[in-house]
Amino acid sequence: MSKIKKLLQQRILVLDGAMGTMIQRHKLTEADYRGERFKDWHTDVKGNNDLLSITRPDIIKGIHKEYLAAGSDIIETNTFSSTSIAQADYDMQSLAYELNVASVKCAREAIEAFVAENPGTGPKFIAGAIGPLNKTLSLSPDVNNPGYRAVTFDDVVNAYIEQIRGLVDGGVDVLLIETIFDTLNAKAAIFAAKQFFRDYPEKGERFGNGSDGAPVMISGTITDASGRTLSGQTLEAFYISVAHASPLSVGLNCALGAKEMRPHVSELAHLAGCYVSAYPNAGLPNAMGEYDELPEQTAGFLEDWAKEGYVNIVGGCCGTTPEHIAAIAKAVNGVTPRALPVVEYS
Amino acid sequence: MSEITKIHAYLSLSGLEPLVVRPESNFINVGERTNVTGSKKFARLIRDNKYEEALSVARQQVENGAQVIDINMDDALLDGVQAMTTFINLVQSEPDIAKVPVMIDSSKFEIIRAGLKCVQGKCIVNSISMKEGEEKFIEQAVICKSFGAAVVVMAFDEQGQADTQERKVEICHRAYKILTEKVGILPQDIIFDPNIFAIATGLEEHNNYGVDFIEAVKEIKQRMPAVSISGGVSNLSFSFRGNEPVREAMHAVFLYYAIKAGMNMGIVNAGQLAVYDEIEPQLRQLCEDVILNRNNENNEATEKLLAFAETVKASGKTEKKDLAWRSTSVEERLKHALVNGITDYIDGDTEEARLKYPRPLEVIEGPLMAGMDVVGDLFGAGKMFLPQVVKSARVMKKSVAWLTPFIEEEKLANPDIDEEAAPTILLATVKGDVHDIGKNIVGVVLACNGYKIIDLGVMVPTDKILDTAEKEKADIIGLSGLITPSLDEMVNVAHEMQRRNMPQPLLIGGATTSRMHTAVKIAPQFDKGVVHVLDASRSVTVAGSLLNPEQKPQFLENIKAEYTKLAADFASKKKVKEFLSFENAQQNKAAIDWTGFEPVQPSFTGVRTFENYDLSEIRKYIDWQPFFISWELHGKFPQILEDPVIGKEATKLYHDANKMLDQIIAEKWLTAQGTAGFWPVHKTAGDTVLVHKSETETIPLQFLRQQIKKAAGQPNLSLADFICPSPRSSEIAADNNLSTPSGGQGGDFMGAFSVTIHGIEPHLERFIAQNDDYNKINLQALSDRFAEAFAELLHEKVRKELWGYVKEETLSNEELIQEKYQGIRPAPGYPACPDHTEKYKLFQLLGGEAQTGIHLTEALAMYPASSVCGWYFSHPESKYFGVGKIQEDQFLDYVQRKEMPEDDLRRWLRPVLE
Repeated sequence: MSKIKKLLQQRILVLDGAMGTMIQRHKLTEADYRGERFKDWHTDVKGNNDLLSITRPDIIKGIHKEYLAAGSDIIETNTFSSTSIAQADYDMQSLAYELNVASVKCAREAIEAFVAENPGTGPKFIAGAIGPLNKTLSLSPDVNNPGYRAVTFDDVVNAYIEQIRGLVDGGVDVLLIETIFDTLNAKAAIFAAKQFFRDYPEKGERFGNGSDGAPVMISGTITDASGRTLSGQTLEAFYISVAHASPLSVGLNCALGAKEMRPHVSELAHLAGCYVSAYPNAGLPNAMGEYDELPEQTAGFLEDWAKEGYVNIVGGCCGTTPEHIAAIAKAVNGVTPRALPVVEYS
Repeated sequence: MSEITKIHAYLSLSGLEPLVVRPESNFINVGERTNVTGSKKFARLIRDNKYEEALSVARQQVENGAQVIDINMDDALLDGVQAMTTFINLVQSEPDIAKVPVMIDSSKFEIIRAGLKCVQGKCIVNSISMKEGEEKFIEQAVICKSFGAAVVVMAFDEQGQADTQERKVEICHRAYKILTEKVGILPQDIIFDPNIFAIATGLEEHNNYGVDFIEAVKEIKQRMPAVSISGGVSNLSFSFRGNEPVREAMHAVFLYYAIKAGMNMGIVNAGQLAVYDEIEPQLRQLCEDVILNRNNENNEATEKLLAFAETVKASGKTEKKDLAWRSTSVEERLKHALVNGITDYIDGDTEEARLKYPRPLEVIEGPLMAGMDVVGDLFGAGKMFLPQVVKSARVMKKSVAWLTPFIEEEKLANPDIDEEAAPTILLATVKGDVHDIGKNIVGVVLACNGYKIIDLGVMVPTDKILDTAEKEKADIIGLSGLITPSLDEMVNVAHEMQRRNMPQPLLIGGATTSRMHTAVKIAPQFDKGVVHVLDASRSVTVAGSLLNPEQKPQFLENIKAEYTKLAADFASKKKVKEFLSFENAQQNKAAIDWTGFEPVQPSFTGVRTFENYDLSEIRKYIDWQPFFISWELHGKFPQILEDPVIGKEATKLYHDANKMLDQIIAEKWLTAQGTAGFWPVHKTAGDTVLVHKSETETIPLQFLRQQIKKAAGQPNLSLADFICPSPRSSEIAADNNLSTPSGGQGGDFMGAFSVTIHGIEPHLERFIAQNDDYNKINLQALSDRFAEAFAELLHEKVRKELWGYVKEETLSNEELIQEKYQGIRPAPGYPACPDHTEKYKLFQLLGGEAQTGIHLTEALAMYPASSVCGWYFSHPESKYFGVGKIQEDQFLDYVQRKEMPEDDLRRWLRPVLE
């Protein structure tokens, strides 16, 4: 059994918080994003946060370290958009593999530095973040042509295989398919992971997870009070659609604050045969688009979930900071994690 | 959820919605019409690239109850991969269809693969088999698994299709071992199709095919219990092509036995299945003999069925013409009109049906109820939404209205006819409360499901509810209410029902009601069953369970257990909360720095009224989200209009509402009346604010304070905290010099307002007369929106102009809805000031009913129902909050301050007292 599975039996694990929110704090300029290597790049690259893993690894490592110090057990790589499809916005599709390797390196070095400064700290894990893409497989971008798709399933699978190759070569401990608003994109990512480890079984051995290769965490996004994903699925329909990944965990993140997410987390806790994760936003954005929920407030909600026995992995999404994570880690410390359900055959 | 959850390994499929095949699930109907090999019409549409029309075939199947749709594009003239991709992509953008799982059906695996790439939900692949050997089988199964699809496995191997029981079981078992052990497919994701072959062909070796299938199913389910069993039923009766009555009978009899054996899904035309019990006995007997291969020496049973078939052939049903709905039978037209909410032809169609049926009542009991059953089923299954159901009800009512004079006439002619009555449900909004939109919706939905509804309206005293229930022999009583005092009134009704030993179960609904309150306060009062009903859609299943004598005891038992647990949880949680003493809570008031505070002087003191305010101006301030919520359509506005599931209905509703708004304004249906007033105030004690109504008249306002123990640094709030404290309160209380209240000496200002919408009654009556619940409910909901919007508008006017404390404010309507403004307008009876009786003072200040145009009921509800009132606080740090529970010490202090009898006040404050 992998180390992370063993740990999940014992306690609630803490993810990190928002990467984008933390990068914003540095008020970076176009020149920061470009660095020396891309100083003559032909498009603007400001906003390509994943690129910072190459051009400003110091900042990315620094953010990882802040989250580790706050009590994160699992940190997410800075790879939300590190696919050839998403990088096409900056004409940087050829960098996709390199971005993933570089981001894992940032995370690994941050952990090494943190462990060196804090000997005796518990094990830390790297989750390779696999984002939802800027193109979607279930919805047509053209309202007059509902049968049209901007991208094909095979394109998406290939882009994800490249990302997964970079993440695995870089040395992640788990893959995290997150912020899923179109389940078909997520199914393509699952397909890609299965395909990758079928094609390179030797790369999957180190995970101790049999022929499945790296353990996969899955995290969907319920977009509003209707309780559905953007592509229209109910939570249970979503869970059924991704269960074949045999995931380490299934959960929810983004779009909602903890207050709005609670009924869905509760529902998932009753549905899921695997571990359950949840990392909400710091409330709903205010009129200025800012998140102003205080760390204690977020932590208060997550503590309630933990005590209800809903969750195994918690953390934060948009607007959350190391202060939020520290409050969350404190709030769930010592709370018994959700027990894995018993599956009954009849 | 401290106990370990149990999860059952059931076949779970999904479209936009889940489909879990449980042991107790009914037979799963897989729609067969979107199959080019089975439907000539569908094949033609696809070949001609008429995908829009092809989609309507899929939609129709789902509407007719298919729980999965089978899609097959295996046609020599088609590019199967391209056709499958195009069609499934289109299906995915139609929520009405995409909600059910898809069965991707092809004999070519590349077409299956193309289909799998287009579906987000969990599909079924139909099918794979070992006919080309194990290796190919495994390869295909691995791909299916990578897409997360369930698989139909044909009982087919290298030697061919299995025909005997033994071969069927052997092949299925071999496939099972490969799939579960080598590929890692879960047993519940396997669906075996053990081959249904034609029987009664005249060849004796075919005679036992039915038995072979049924027995094989039994054995497979015994050896591999988690799998599902499917099959194409129509093969069975292949030799009776053209004789639909016999085919339908054969299918029904076969399924009767196959389902008992364990078959749980099949590709069937659900609309064409005969009911086993209703098959003509002789025909049924013959079918059983043929299917079970009994009395069949020398094809004897077969011959008999063939002979019988000749006799039914002549009288067989004529095939329905595939034309637009207007050319179908009158029953079909009525059904179509009901399901689609079309009133255009209803009078003519009703008349036609009346002439066709022997008695007018039979039109209602026959085609109309049949249509409403479909509506009820679709709604229950989440396939129709509330506005559609209410439109259906409008059609129903119009049709019934046409028939009523004829029914009356018949009754006069034959006074002895005694009709068996439908179950009766009595609905009422309780005494003191005037709100009834939700209750009306519940009434409509229940009426759609065949119940007789007696609606006593609003402000109904307990005795009237209970007397009527007894007199009319109601089967269920439903209570509704919106304001908090109604909760107490409901407790009272329950108490009275117990005392009168009434047999009817009691349903509780309405905005302030909750499962918790019902469990803790109402249910213990009455032992014949109290059920909280969350919304109109739940009311149907609840009423159904309560009226079914078999289900009722278990249902009530479950509810009781649930409520007892809730109540116990509530009691145990109660203790956990810590409270401060009232004194400490007062000390921990809001820390507002008042040094140098200068109150903004309003542009006038006293009251100003606004008669006949411009509705088109108010309209701009409407918050649409609550409007959609009143129709049980949940989501943010305007995004809700684009919602993949409810967007279409929401958009229709939005258009209808705006059309009505245009009319309301143009034809002056409604008028808006408002008041706003400002007065100098002084704080005379921690939670008391003295309002100087005039030079000679003062009114003390009393506020309640949060008492729950807060986190460090968090204050225990009272609205009084937002008024400048007075350093010399006793002197100022004695000093009635009003002309110069000023800052620093404890002077401050407060305001109050009321808004109301008049004139709705004649229009409601008109809609009621027209049997038009849809427009009636819309009008009520819009009138409420006008009142809320007027309150919003007036508040803005107050901030910018009348009080003028933020003259330069520029907020969008959205920001107003999000309460981004400075200052607040809390209403007595709501969380920040939960004491309803302070409303008397508010109305006294504003000039009573004469000025405000609002009548206060004994429960302090406002009439007209579309009314809003509240206090104005302007301080930048004033904010909305909830007082929450208060303790006895504060309560006793409050009794002193209010100078009201303790018992009365305790009744009014019950919601905030433990």
